[in-house]
Amino acid sequence: MEALNVILLLFVIVCGAAVSLTKNLLSSVVIFTAQGLVLSVIWILLRSPDLAITEASVGAGVSSILMFAALKKIDAIDKKGGSRDENAKEKSAENPGE
Amino acid sequence: MSETEHAKRSPASGSSTETGSGKKRSSAFSRLMDWLENGDEALEQEMEATLSEEDAAPDHSSAVSGEGDERPEHAGKGAETPYNIPYSNVNTPKYGKIIPNSPINKPDNADNRTRSVDFYGKWWYRWASVIICLLVIGLLMAVVTMMPQFGGADTLVDSEVSAYYVEHTLKDTGAVNIVTGIILDYRGFDTLGESHVLFIAVCAVLLMLSIKGEKNEKERLHSAAMEQLFEPKNDVILQSAARILTPIVFVFGLYIVFNGHLSPGGGFSGGAVLGAGLILYQNAFGYEKIERFFTHRTFRAVSVVCLLSYSLMKGYHFFTGANHLENGISAGQPGSIFSAGLLLPLNIVVGGVVACTMYALYTMFRRGEF
Repeated sequence: MEALNVILLLFVIVCGAAVSLTKNLLSSVVIFTAQGLVLSVIWILLRSPDLAITEASVGAGVSSILMFAALKKIDAIDKKGGSRDENAKEKSAENPGE
Repeated sequence: MSETEHAKRSPASGSSTETGSGKKRSSAFSRLMDWLENGDEALEQEMEATLSEEDAAPDHSSAVSGEGDERPEHAGKGAETPYNIPYSNVNTPKYGKIIPNSPINKPDNADNRTRSVDFYGKWWYRWASVIICLLVIGLLMAVVTMMPQFGGADTLVDSEVSAYYVEHTLKDTGAVNIVTGIILDYRGFDTLGESHVLFIAVCAVLLMLSIKGEKNEKERLHSAAMEQLFEPKNDVILQSAARILTPIVFVFGLYIVFNGHLSPGGGFSGGAVLGAGLILYQNAFGYEKIERFFTHRTFRAVSVVCLLSYSLMKGYHFFTGANHLENGISAGQPGSIFSAGLLLPLNIVVGGVVACTMYALYTMFRRGEF
C-alpha cells in the first residue's frame, strides 16, 4: 500500500512538471488529464470519495474538454493532431516552393 | 546514428555541453542564465539552430527503432515530441535536398515557430520576473510550513471542529453523509454563493463570446459552415462507446445527486458527472440530437428555476446573519431517501445548476454561442 502511494504521488509530480515543460499544448492537456485521473485515485486512498468523484469528473473530464475546445478556438490544433508550429513546418516541407 | 547525434540526444544533465554543429546549453538552469544575460535573441537563435538542424537531417529513425527510452529527456523540446516523427521522417532524397535551402529557414518565416516578441523592454524586467517568481514560491512554501501538521492528532483546530461535526451533523441535519451535511446545511450560505458564481461565469463567457456576434449574416453563415466541418462525422468508435457509456454516466450522476445526503457525493459532483455525460452525448451525436431535449431554453429554465429555489430556501441567511432558521421539515428516518429535510432538494438544484453550467461552458467554447 505504501509503495502504491509513493508511485501515485511520483506520477503526479512528474505529470505536474511535464505539463509545464511540454511545449506542445495538446500534449500538455493530455498530461494534465492523466494527472487529474491519478489525483482522483489518491483522493480515494485518502478516504475522501466525495473529492474523488468531483476530481474525476471535473479535473479529468470537463476541464480538459474545455481546454481542448479552447485550443480549437485559438487554432492550436490542426486536423492532423499535432500542434500548429509543427504542422506549419511540415506543410512547408510538403510544399518547398512556397 | 552518428556519434555527434548520439551525444546531442543524450546530454549530460546539469551541465552545459557543446555538441553537434552548434552550441547547446542543456540544463534548464543554464538556459535560464542564458536568457537573463542575453535576452530572447539567444534562445531564438538556439531554437532556429535546432529547427534548421532537424530540417536538414530529419534522422528520427533511431527514435522509432529501439532507442525510444531516451525520449523522455527531451520532453521539454516541443520540436522533438513524438508527434512529428511520422511526418518529419521524410528522409527521401527529394526532401533531404530541398529543405536546407527552403524559405522556412529564413527569418521572415520565423514567427511560425518561435513567435517571440520583445515583451521585456528594460533589461531588469527579466531579473525582476525571476526574483518575483522566487519570492512568491518562497512565500507559499513558508505558508505551507506554518500549516498544522497533516492529520496530526494534536492539531487543535482540526480535532475540535471535526469532532463537533462528527458528533452533531446527523442530529442537526439528518444527513448520513457528513460532508453534504456540512456543505449544504452548516455552510449552505456559501454554497448559495458558489452556485451563483457558476452562473455568473457562464454569463461572463456568453457576454465575452457574443462580442463577435455583430458580424453580418454572410460571415455568420460562413462560420456556421466552418463549425459544421468540426462536427463529429459519425465516428463509429466514439458513437459505440457513447451509446454504452452515456446511460451509465447519466444514471450514476442522478444517483450521486439524489443520494447525496446518504452516500459520497452530492449536488456538485453529481452535476459535474451529468454535465460530462451531456458533453459526451453531444460529442458523439452532434447538436441536432441533443437539441431534441436540451436547448438554450432548457438551460435557461433549469438554471433560473434552480437558482431561484435555492435562493428561496437559503436566501433568508442574508437577513439572519447566516444563522439558521427552523424549516419545519422533519429530519425523517436517517438513511432513507426522504430524510434530512432540505438537503435532498438542495442537492437537486445544485446538481441542475452545475450540469447546465458545464454543458453551457462547453457549448459556448465550441460554437461561440448557445
